[in-house]
Amino acid sequence: MTTRTTQEEEAARPALTSKTGGVRAERLFSWWTLATGLLVLAVLALILITTTKQAWPVFQDMGLRFISSSTWDPNPASGNPVFGALAFIYGTAVSSLIALLIGVPISIGIALFLTELAPRRLRGSAVMVVDMLAAIPSVVFGLWGVLVLAPLLVPVYRWIHDVFAPVPGLKSIFGEPVGTGRSFMTAGIILAIMIIPIVTSISREVMSTVPQANKDAAFALGATQWEMITGAVFPHSFGGLVGAVMLGLGRAMGETIAVSLVIGGATNITPNVFAGGNSMAAVIVQQFGESTGTFTAALIGLGVVLFALTVVINVAARVVVRRAEIRVQGAAT
Amino acid sequence: MRWRHNDNGGRSGGGDTANGSGQLKASGASFPDAYYQEVISAYKEKAPDVTVTYNAVGSGTGKKEFGQGLTDFAGTDSTVKDDDGVPAGSFMYVPTVAGPITVSYNLSGVDKLQLSPDTLANIFQAKITKWNDPAIAKDNQGVTLPDTSITVAHRSDGSGTTSNFTKYLTAAAPSTWKLGSGDTVAWPSGTQGAEKNTGVAQIIKHTDGGIGYVDYSDAVETKLSLAAIRNKDGKFVAPSLEGATSAVAGAKVKDDLTYDPLNASGADAYPITAPTYLLLKPKYDANKAKLVSDYVRFLLTDGQPIAKDVNFAALPSGLQQKALAQLDKIQS
Repeated sequence: MTTRTTQEEEAARPALTSKTGGVRAERLFSWWTLATGLLVLAVLALILITTTKQAWPVFQDMGLRFISSSTWDPNPASGNPVFGALAFIYGTAVSSLIALLIGVPISIGIALFLTELAPRRLRGSAVMVVDMLAAIPSVVFGLWGVLVLAPLLVPVYRWIHDVFAPVPGLKSIFGEPVGTGRSFMTAGIILAIMIIPIVTSISREVMSTVPQANKDAAFALGATQWEMITGAVFPHSFGGLVGAVMLGLGRAMGETIAVSLVIGGATNITPNVFAGGNSMAAVIVQQFGESTGTFTAALIGLGVVLFALTVVINVAARVVVRRAEIRVQGAAT
Repeated sequence: MRWRHNDNGGRSGGGDTANGSGQLKASGASFPDAYYQEVISAYKEKAPDVTVTYNAVGSGTGKKEFGQGLTDFAGTDSTVKDDDGVPAGSFMYVPTVAGPITVSYNLSGVDKLQLSPDTLANIFQAKITKWNDPAIAKDNQGVTLPDTSITVAHRSDGSGTTSNFTKYLTAAAPSTWKLGSGDTVAWPSGTQGAEKNTGVAQIIKHTDGGIGYVDYSDAVETKLSLAAIRNKDGKFVAPSLEGATSAVAGAKVKDDLTYDPLNASGADAYPITAPTYLLLKPKYDANKAKLVSDYVRFLLTDGQPIAKDVNFAALPSGLQQKALAQLDKIQS
């Protein structure tokens, strides 16, 4: 075989890179992706640093009592103002938990329906309807919640309260409902409706990536449809489902206007889910306009706590997902 | 041009032809917002080339914006304090109207309710939780009170109305009221908060057993039942414009024109009457000075009869003259 010279070889090779700009384009591309990645990190760091700096006066004043005290008193009869965020952390936690407990089973159910059970013709329109729920602005949810849902739910809450009154443990959870219906439970229900589109659409995406081979193998081994789902679909998509739930939780924890309209505006720590309360985001938007000095710092401090809480939950979720993936798919992954 | 006639006897009006043109921006208290908007529409007919806007963002934000120079004048229910963002000497008070703060309630079967300051304080501190409590019964001899739970409604946003209501409780029930006073106070758990006077009115209207503090204008609009409060002289007075005017007339006016009609003495005085002021700068540039002066003069003269239509109490003539005198102090 005659060997060609390098120049001829290059000329003979199909011109792969010349149309797309060559080495310069490659370098530009990798530089640009690095820059945008760093930009996101920079914005996050900037937000964290500036809010902590502005909230510093109240952290100095209150120290750890900021998150451990449940008294929020900007204008006490005597003495210095006290800013304890515990009641609002509790409110955020309870309303988000209720939202997850109600919303996640429904979302995963819808996602399963759309990927496994629905006839092909129905899928397109069902997906469209669920996505439309995501398009509704949150303030509309809040208005609907306070004007329509809350008053409607009061007799429902009263009935549940009466049903569980003799049961010792559940009696305090389903306690006396407030007259207006604005409570942790109503906020949780509104939040559940708001997170369903997100969790559904991501779960659906994740579940549709399950290899058909896995599903067929399950059927071949004699599994029923539900056994196939728990045996083949869930283990494979576990990581993605947790991610979807985390996104939903993030939205629930940060939701401001809708929650502030229906949660009742009371500083309250109680197991009774039918009582009024308040959440961190709602307090910030309610009291920011009239605040000055340390009060403003305290509200910004609430924002920092919310931010930190979200980060902690996300990190915990990643740990959970990693452990589950190792268990299900082997340590090599 | 249609002139509004001054039907208040000896008071002569600001009949200047305000032919200036320009814009006036103002913001502040939501308490007198209904009145200010009416005055602005009436002024538009008198001076069509002047656009006045008033944004009801709350006294605190109004003062902040005024201090930052974003507005030409501000509306506030509370006096200026050190950390409000308005430096001393950069403003002057002009009282405009006064309004009763009602204690509105919703209780089926009870049309008339009387409350003494101590009972009121205990209700809002959630120490009294049922309507048929002995303390309420004592204030209302002969009235059958049902066994309904009390739902207390208050403001969830910072508010001059809260500030005045809690200041009243501190003055009238000092040994019972423990929560202090201010735009935001630590209301007990078990109460409900809502945005703005209208939000509180909504809660009361839709909850049987609800009680809360709402400004008179919104309470009348929402058709709530209003409680009569025992005033300093021991008489139970229902909220009304006459009661408010009595309270203002009985209040001592300080040199800077701030006055405190809360818990005023006088047999007919309604004890929870709140003042509201405009903050003006002592010095404006030439054109702005004329615009501000003409508008506020209109509000204090032709605009005063409008107050009654929107359920606010006009200033008594002595205070009105003092307020007009403030306008003469504006330098340009």
